[in-house]
Amino acid sequence: MAFPFRRGARGARRNPTGSTWGDTLFHLGSGAAAIVLLALLGLIVLVLSLDAAQSIGVFGFGFLGNRIWDPNTDQFGALPFIYGTLVTSAIGLLLGVPVSLGIAIFLAELAPASIRAPLTYVVELLAAIPSVVYGLWGIFVLVPAMANVVDPALQSVLGFLPIFQGPVYGYGLLSAGVILAIMIIPTVAAISRDALLAVPQSQREAALSLGATRWESTRMGVLRYARSGIFGAIILGLGRAFGETIAVTMVIGNANEISGSLFAPGNTLSSVLASNIREAFGLQASALIELALVLFLVTLVINAFARIMVWRVFGERGEAVS
Amino acid sequence: MMGLTVLCLGVALVPLGSILYSVAVQGGSVINVDFFTQTQPAPCSPNPITTCTQGGIGQALVGTLLLLSLSCLIAIPLGILTGIYLAEYGKGPLVHGVRFFADVMTGLPSIVFGMFVYAAFLIVFPGRVFSALAGVLALALLVLPFVARTTEESLRLVPNGLREAALALGLPKYKVTGRIVLSSARDGVVTGAILAMGRVGGETAPLIMTAFGNIYMSTRLDQPIGAMSLLIFYNAASPYANWNALAWGAALILALMMLGLSIAVRILLRRRFRERRIGA
Repeated sequence: MAFPFRRGARGARRNPTGSTWGDTLFHLGSGAAAIVLLALLGLIVLVLSLDAAQSIGVFGFGFLGNRIWDPNTDQFGALPFIYGTLVTSAIGLLLGVPVSLGIAIFLAELAPASIRAPLTYVVELLAAIPSVVYGLWGIFVLVPAMANVVDPALQSVLGFLPIFQGPVYGYGLLSAGVILAIMIIPTVAAISRDALLAVPQSQREAALSLGATRWESTRMGVLRYARSGIFGAIILGLGRAFGETIAVTMVIGNANEISGSLFAPGNTLSSVLASNIREAFGLQASALIELALVLFLVTLVINAFARIMVWRVFGERGEAVS
Repeated sequence: MMGLTVLCLGVALVPLGSILYSVAVQGGSVINVDFFTQTQPAPCSPNPITTCTQGGIGQALVGTLLLLSLSCLIAIPLGILTGIYLAEYGKGPLVHGVRFFADVMTGLPSIVFGMFVYAAFLIVFPGRVFSALAGVLALALLVLPFVARTTEESLRLVPNGLREAALALGLPKYKVTGRIVLSSARDGVVTGAILAMGRVGGETAPLIMTAFGNIYMSTRLDQPIGAMSLLIFYNAASPYANWNALAWGAALILALMMLGLSIAVRILLRRRFRERRIGA
């Protein structure tokens, strides 16, 4: 007999070690845990829709285009918050992405090797600060700075633009945008840096050998190659900006209306939930839950799109942590 | 170009330095023994008539510890089990779907999970919407996908040769996974769990409509409970100076906790790499 298989024992051919029940149990058990995750996602959509059903029934699709949010007359519309979310995220991206790219280029290409690791760690520290501490700093440091220095300066120089007109409170869309910009820097910079590091050295060498300067070599050889990774980083930053709640709530001024000025207070989809949900009941609570459903679906789509982009560059197992 | 990129780095480091400085200075001025043992004081701003009591964050410390420990107790084992499934039975559309949605879930705004638990309790337990139990469930929802993904990544790092050797020796698959692979990836899994705890300790948004906050000391699961992040959120926006001071102090303690966890993670990671280098 060449192999020491038991002859005639039932199941010997299928599993010579004989422990089929343990394997099946383990497989089913861990599979069940995995399915719980999927079930939870479906449950979230279901439960939010159930509680939002009253508001959906009353307002229908006009909810998304209505700019009035008035609990006293039971009129609710999502437009002020969609506007606030778009404006603050746009400011956050406009200010944050160039800075993040600069940091990524510095860390990936230009920094001397000895300070690369500690500087990367320091930039990651920005991500480790809890959102509520950003908000606390925002209230006591950023808002006074904006109200006393930055906003009046902007108003005196660019006051002919309607977005820089109007009274300056410090609390407003612009301050929220600035805090968002600071908060997305670590995310966008880290993933962009990874994208730049993934570019093969031959690209840089080829550009340099053709006579390009340092900047040209980076621009033509590296940035173009890492384009989709950087784009994925920006989309992830956008997702982060859309969903950032607490720091924004603390500096945005909590006004449920659309104003043409960036200095005016406002609200985003998530900050209106944080500010109003504790005291809401009845139709207002249902309308707030409908806002939560909208926020969930929008950020789900953005994050799914971002993950697909990042997976395409780094493969499916990259970037387990956002 | 070097100058421009260094400028970008400076632009990012200025707010970081400002935050750390403010938290250290303003928070440090209020830290003493009372800070950890007392509860919320009467609201008061400095005035010539009375002195303000400092009070403390005792109820918030207890609340954060309770919420963190219970939510991690629920979510970490479940997350590790999910991670094992993703790593060991890694084929098929189900696995790809779970992996994709776990990744996506880690990027969703945390307030959505709080709203989900709030909405669910409205349907199921209308009288207990604001309770510690709701807070625990909301935090567990945050921890679960995170731990699943980090566990899967750690398990994938274990070389396949180890699995094959164990299988060749006749061990059934569940023992291979449970005893050999998992203990080999132990450092990575523990690191993931600690990172999850650190991330969730600073969460505020999902607790606003679930745990609600409480200025009195409470450990009951069916009543609202305080938390350090909630305390900072409410006290920062209040007009009273002694409450604002408490917010800074709590921010300092929270930052120190995060720092402690991050150092623990670094030590664990370095030990794992050192062992690997010796064995290689």
